[in-house]
Amino acid sequence: MAFTNEQIERYSRHIILKEVGAKGQKKLLNAKVLIIGAGGLGAPTAMYLAAAGVGTIGIADADEVDLSNLQRQIIHQTADVGKPKVLSAKETMEAMNPDVKVIPYHEFITSENILDIIKDYDFIIDGTDNFPAKFLINDACVMAGKPFSHAGIIRFQGQLMTYVPGQGPCYRCVFKEPPPKDAVPTCKQAGVIGAMGGVIGSLQAMEAVKYILGVGDLLTGYLLTYDALKMQFRKVKLPSDTHGCAVCGDHPTITKLIDYEQAECDGVGL
Amino acid sequence: MKITVAGVSKEVAEGLTVAQLVIDENVEMPQYVTVTVNDDFVEHDSFEGTVLKEGDSVEFLYFMGGGAV
Repeated sequence: MAFTNEQIERYSRHIILKEVGAKGQKKLLNAKVLIIGAGGLGAPTAMYLAAAGVGTIGIADADEVDLSNLQRQIIHQTADVGKPKVLSAKETMEAMNPDVKVIPYHEFITSENILDIIKDYDFIIDGTDNFPAKFLINDACVMAGKPFSHAGIIRFQGQLMTYVPGQGPCYRCVFKEPPPKDAVPTCKQAGVIGAMGGVIGSLQAMEAVKYILGVGDLLTGYLLTYDALKMQFRKVKLPSDTHGCAVCGDHPTITKLIDYEQAECDGVGL
Repeated sequence: MKITVAGVSKEVAEGLTVAQLVIDENVEMPQYVTVTVNDDFVEHDSFEGTVLKEGDSVEFLYFMGGGAV
């Protein structure tokens, strides 16, 4: 596949990087990334991956755009209110970059459909807003041997970690079980600063790009935490012994996907 | 003795347990926090029985999952 003149110009700031080059840009164009949740995290992730020329981007979300989303979900515009988020996201990404094929999944991700959806993708982005979905994505990615980026945001705080099969702990190694419904406050209840999705979602896009290019160090074995009020990032090392994990350990006790009870919220995207 | 809590060096009393540290540090919703000491997870039922030593590094990891739709 040769680049067109337009592609050489569009991706010139990538191609000039020694870590990317023409070879790396081709890897991006051939890559397939699935973003689960077209909300506060998924919006910037999707936009940066589309702009970067990730050739196939799947985006899953059952929800429609609400006016209260627009404070942070920058992939959607005021005129999109009421439209399925996946369609609004698809329109924005395709308008940004015609090289990108966007595959929308206007449905909830469940134990029934997740393995079938993730199987075609190289890297998965967890941009969901609830723990049942986060555990489902983790368990499905472990079972299917797929790398993924976990992230969570609330108030002025964010966190993320990257799972790559065989290269460190999974989300369930760190957090064994979802907290009971409504035990941990949601962003809807507690609020979240809009730019937090931009900070953490952009870092998820960065992890996906690095994974595709095969450069640098991923956030495997670490949880990156961000406190915006203190303006402090911390890269917290996670224990390396994952043998006892219920899903990724040596003798997994979780061998079937679980649909935990959904916390009180109206959709998937943060 | 000196230990490190969330990256910050602290002087604490000898014999301090993880359970007492969780209280002293005002950990929010302690029943859902994940605690690591050095390179190990400490299970909740071991908080009382885990006595910290000079030089230990303790981290509190919190659920962050949001919910803003």
